[in-house]
Amino acid sequence: MTLAAGVSKFEAVTMAPPDPILGVSEAFRADTSDAKLNLGVGAYRTEELQPLVLNVVKKAEKKMLESGENKEYLPIEGLAAFNKATAELLLGADSPAIKEGRVATVQGLSGTGSLRLGAAFIQRYFPGAKVLISSPTWGNHKNIFNDAGVPWSEYRYFEPKTVGLDFEGMMADIKDAPSGSFILLHGCAHNPTGIDPTPEQWEKIADLIEEKGHMAFFDVAYQGFASGSLDQDADSVRLFVKRGLEILVAQSYSKNLGLYAERIGAINAVVHSSDVAVRVKSQLKRLARPMYSNPPVHGAKIVANVVGDAALFDEWRAEMEMMAGRIKTVRQRLYDDLSTKDKSGKDWSFVLKQIGMFSFTGLNRAQSDNMSDKWHVYMTKDGRISLAGLSLAKCSYLADAIIDSYYNVQ
Amino acid sequence: MAAPFPNLQSLVDMTNSLHRDRMIESLDTSAVLVKRKENEHRVRSESPTLPAFARLAISSRARIERRMEGPMASISLAPAPAATAGCGSGSRFAHVQQAPEDPIYGVTNAFLKDPSPVKVNLGVGAYRTEEGKPLVLNVVRKAEEQLLADKSRNKEYLPISGITHFSRLSAQLILGSDCPAIAEKRIVTAQCLSGTGCLRVGGEFLAKHYSGPKIIYIPATTWTNHFRIFPNAGMEARTYRYYDPKTKGLDYEGMMEDLRAAPSGAVVLLHACAHNPTGVDPTREQWAEIQHLVRDEKQLLPFFDSAYQGFASGSLDADAWAVRQFVNDGGETLVAQSYAKNMGLYGERVGALSVIVKDPDVALRIESQVNLVIRPMYSSPPTFGAAIVCTILGNKALYEEWKVELKGMADRIISMRHQLFDALKARATPGTWDHIVNQIGMFTYSGLSKEQVEYMKTEYHIHMTSDGRISMAGLNTRTVPQLADAIHAAVLQFA
Repeated sequence: MTLAAGVSKFEAVTMAPPDPILGVSEAFRADTSDAKLNLGVGAYRTEELQPLVLNVVKKAEKKMLESGENKEYLPIEGLAAFNKATAELLLGADSPAIKEGRVATVQGLSGTGSLRLGAAFIQRYFPGAKVLISSPTWGNHKNIFNDAGVPWSEYRYFEPKTVGLDFEGMMADIKDAPSGSFILLHGCAHNPTGIDPTPEQWEKIADLIEEKGHMAFFDVAYQGFASGSLDQDADSVRLFVKRGLEILVAQSYSKNLGLYAERIGAINAVVHSSDVAVRVKSQLKRLARPMYSNPPVHGAKIVANVVGDAALFDEWRAEMEMMAGRIKTVRQRLYDDLSTKDKSGKDWSFVLKQIGMFSFTGLNRAQSDNMSDKWHVYMTKDGRISLAGLSLAKCSYLADAIIDSYYNVQ
Repeated sequence: MAAPFPNLQSLVDMTNSLHRDRMIESLDTSAVLVKRKENEHRVRSESPTLPAFARLAISSRARIERRMEGPMASISLAPAPAATAGCGSGSRFAHVQQAPEDPIYGVTNAFLKDPSPVKVNLGVGAYRTEEGKPLVLNVVRKAEEQLLADKSRNKEYLPISGITHFSRLSAQLILGSDCPAIAEKRIVTAQCLSGTGCLRVGGEFLAKHYSGPKIIYIPATTWTNHFRIFPNAGMEARTYRYYDPKTKGLDYEGMMEDLRAAPSGAVVLLHACAHNPTGVDPTREQWAEIQHLVRDEKQLLPFFDSAYQGFASGSLDADAWAVRQFVNDGGETLVAQSYAKNMGLYGERVGALSVIVKDPDVALRIESQVNLVIRPMYSSPPTFGAAIVCTILGNKALYEEWKVELKGMADRIISMRHQLFDALKARATPGTWDHIVNQIGMFTYSGLSKEQVEYMKTEYHIHMTSDGRISMAGLNTRTVPQLADAIHAAVLQFA
């Protein structure tokens, strides 16, 4: 047998850049400074800056191990008990859409996997249709639509002058989009800005989407985690459903149940009739089968166990309120420190107004680099910091770093 | 159907996807060569050559324009009129058709609906005990208990390519810990979602980065999902002859002829052992000839699907022999490993994709690009199953215990083969049945026809896929006679 010789068939493969978000944690790990602070990836940390596994999750896993369940393949659409629970959490257990069988739910691989199924569905069944994503948005959104073969463009969202929502720009761009476009909306706690439309603004967004014959595609990654209330955080989605609009919704349990690495979420289509829902679900399954055949069982069972047990469900709500509460407390402290230390009178109140895990500081690329190079504070280069990774004890240090970067670096 | 056609390209894209849709639908129900349709299309990647489709597009556009009033430019996304009443008129999704049922899952559904108390499910390839129950291995339970008791564990996101230790152990398992490619760091391994996930990620990586033809040759008789995975990944799927119904064995000449006719540098999918669904594997002499053709004659890129290591013969090393032959000749190879069967981790979705190349620098670059495929698909893989694998493979006692349990499963299946063979011999059932004991792995490709299979379902409540594939893992000593009776009756009924 001649030893195979010759040049690699992969010689021309270039080194890809590190992921902008996940790459931050790698850089943090490599830093040897004691002062280092990881405000990169959106994973919750305790005040002691430790990862957290929720008590309800530990209890659910113990229960699952003791009951000795098997590891058979799930159906392609995932665990039925999970799918039921997740649709009810999203839309409300008494939702007419659910009662009428008008919701197609397929378990997906957390938010990313669910978005990918939705994107693949759009590519196949709405060929040529465009998705509009906010400027800025979570860095992986564009990759998902690119790999799914769905064209996308941006709608204005963040207004640097006010460090708030550019509502006029947003509405104008949605209006300009060709009829039948998909509008990717963050259900709550917009990532990376933390800036959400007000309830009045949501009504106007729904009006416009309806008028233009667009379809809303919600990314719901923080339900319960943003305000502490599962229902409040689902208001935007429920508004659209109440209006009778057909929507797509991707859900994730990474943050609100701390199930990051278990990859548990769902893609939902709320449609006009149960016949259509059945057909849509069958086609979502047909997209999942050649991707991974059927989804992982462990995370789905954890969710089903927690939601399906009244005591665990209450305990979960309390743990979620605790996490959301800690982030609000940290926001307050950071704001206080910034306001005290910054003598220029700059308005730092956006820190308080923004919602959820992230704050869009308004720092530019060079300033963000200064944060890591000089202060060993790691964040994404778009100026996003994860407050979930901040402790009260570190607020003062962070305020110093932000003030230095903002004023002394251009 | 009405759809927006703002420009010709999007019409072309739509026509392409409709065509691909029809192609994929026909592949859903048939495990044979891709059917040639209208314009002689093969199943293609996302962007077919424009001229061929443009011809079709222009004629389609003309047809649609005649049907519409006014210019194309003013078309909005109006829903298609409902084909039948009450099927969602006014819904933006009204044009979405019901997908055909996956044939393998369809068998389980039919089984569940069967009211007979003696029904037997020989459909899906999941191991069953002698009592007909699903099995969670003892070592898996021990690993789970260890993991739960470990207070240092958390649920933080894994790296994009999964648990590093898992990847290392998996590469050692399939290639042998003394494999030169591992020592020379010429291998990149990523944790993926079981076999399917590895094949999909590997396929997408090849579609984007392989410098050879983006064509993969798949056995004409194979796991049906192969035909869906690769076109969805962006590879063109073609077939090579494999199963000979006359001998119920390998069509070796046909296979070699078809691979010889492939363009140089194309990709070839090879079942590492225990071919699914036929159970027919090349002999070692035949593997050597295949290797010579692949490496020396045609420079094809082998992509191994290893779903049954240790499960086929009971020996991890024996079942990895073919993969190791190829990797150790220094050539470039892809390997998809699944832990669904051999560790019984079906629903946890654990697998490992390895890309073995000539150069460690190339390996590093490939790793970064594989990550770019994974990130927009699901960001990072699920942790629980991979942690179980690590615990078992990384602990000598558990590893040895696993090997014993694995051999136990393989031996029980082999015993079922012999019992069924003996039972058919005892009934003097017409035909030759040696293939039952010659075929390897979980499945017997019985050679029974669609009609015979249907007859066995209705008269004997035996459920299996219509291609006559029997999951031996679903048999036990009690049900072997029932199956033998059913086969006997079916053979006599449809001589």
